[in-house]
Amino acid sequence: MRTAIIVFPGSNRERDMVMALRRSFGSDPVMVWHKDTELPDVDLIVVPGGFSYGDYLRAGAMGAHSPVMRTVKERADKGVPVLGVCNGFQILTEAGLLPGALMRNAGLKFVCKNVHLRVETAQSVFTSGYADGQTIAVPVAHNDGNYFADDTTLDRLEDRGLVAFRYVDETGSESDAANPNGSRRNIAGIFNDTKTVLGLMPHPEDAIDPLHGGTDGRGLFDGLARALA
Amino acid sequence: MKAIVHVTLKPGVLDPQGKAIGHALDTLGFSGVGEVRQGKVIEIDLDEADAGKAQATVKSMCEKLLANTVIENYAIRIEA
Repeated sequence: MRTAIIVFPGSNRERDMVMALRRSFGSDPVMVWHKDTELPDVDLIVVPGGFSYGDYLRAGAMGAHSPVMRTVKERADKGVPVLGVCNGFQILTEAGLLPGALMRNAGLKFVCKNVHLRVETAQSVFTSGYADGQTIAVPVAHNDGNYFADDTTLDRLEDRGLVAFRYVDETGSESDAANPNGSRRNIAGIFNDTKTVLGLMPHPEDAIDPLHGGTDGRGLFDGLARALA
Repeated sequence: MKAIVHVTLKPGVLDPQGKAIGHALDTLGFSGVGEVRQGKVIEIDLDEADAGKAQATVKSMCEKLLANTVIENYAIRIEA
């Protein structure tokens, strides 16, 4: 099984993602520079976190128009799973692979802390390593993680079961206090219509080793490796 | 020609930066300040003599890159 990580100028979580993929997939991902238009045949494409192009104009706006993203879109259209974490989520929304937008955190501060997420559905290649409704602890680290979409889009996402993760407290309940950035309806991660693209703000790749303070992120990568095997 | 593009958040989209500016103005003693909304201005020099064509080009720029139409509106002014 082969995986690829797209690297932009300003990406800074790609090495963490390498560790997570290596651990679960048993092989090293191919690192693909954003100017490349050639993407090897892979079973999973990851757009990692960071600040591509310094987040100029809007977070993810420049990255979304990188040469390699055209190829990523083509592969996504063919059903190749694409995972976007943090800046990767922002890039996927800007590229039109996922609906909505990520805005400045409602509190206007960079938020870096552990949060709790509820796995809204285990019925996807990305979440099959978890149970429906399971609460997991993973870190967030972002300035623009405030998910916004209009009510029609949000209703549609909910009706079709396309909300992947929500911010909750440790007991699994949604509340404003558990929402680190003002995201509408506490949304932390969403799927595309075919559930082959997932974008989320939190960093599961930074919760895979006991030294991270927790290993709840493993389920995502282990589940992916099993689902794609 | 020159194009001046104003990008602003759509009505109804929360603008915490605008709110913070409003609070600061209030703190400075400016009275009668209502809602404050923050946006951005982008100036583009264009090698184009026809105002209509310039308008169409910049509109396409806005749709593709300059504005995220999920959350933002844009207004274009073309100057000679």
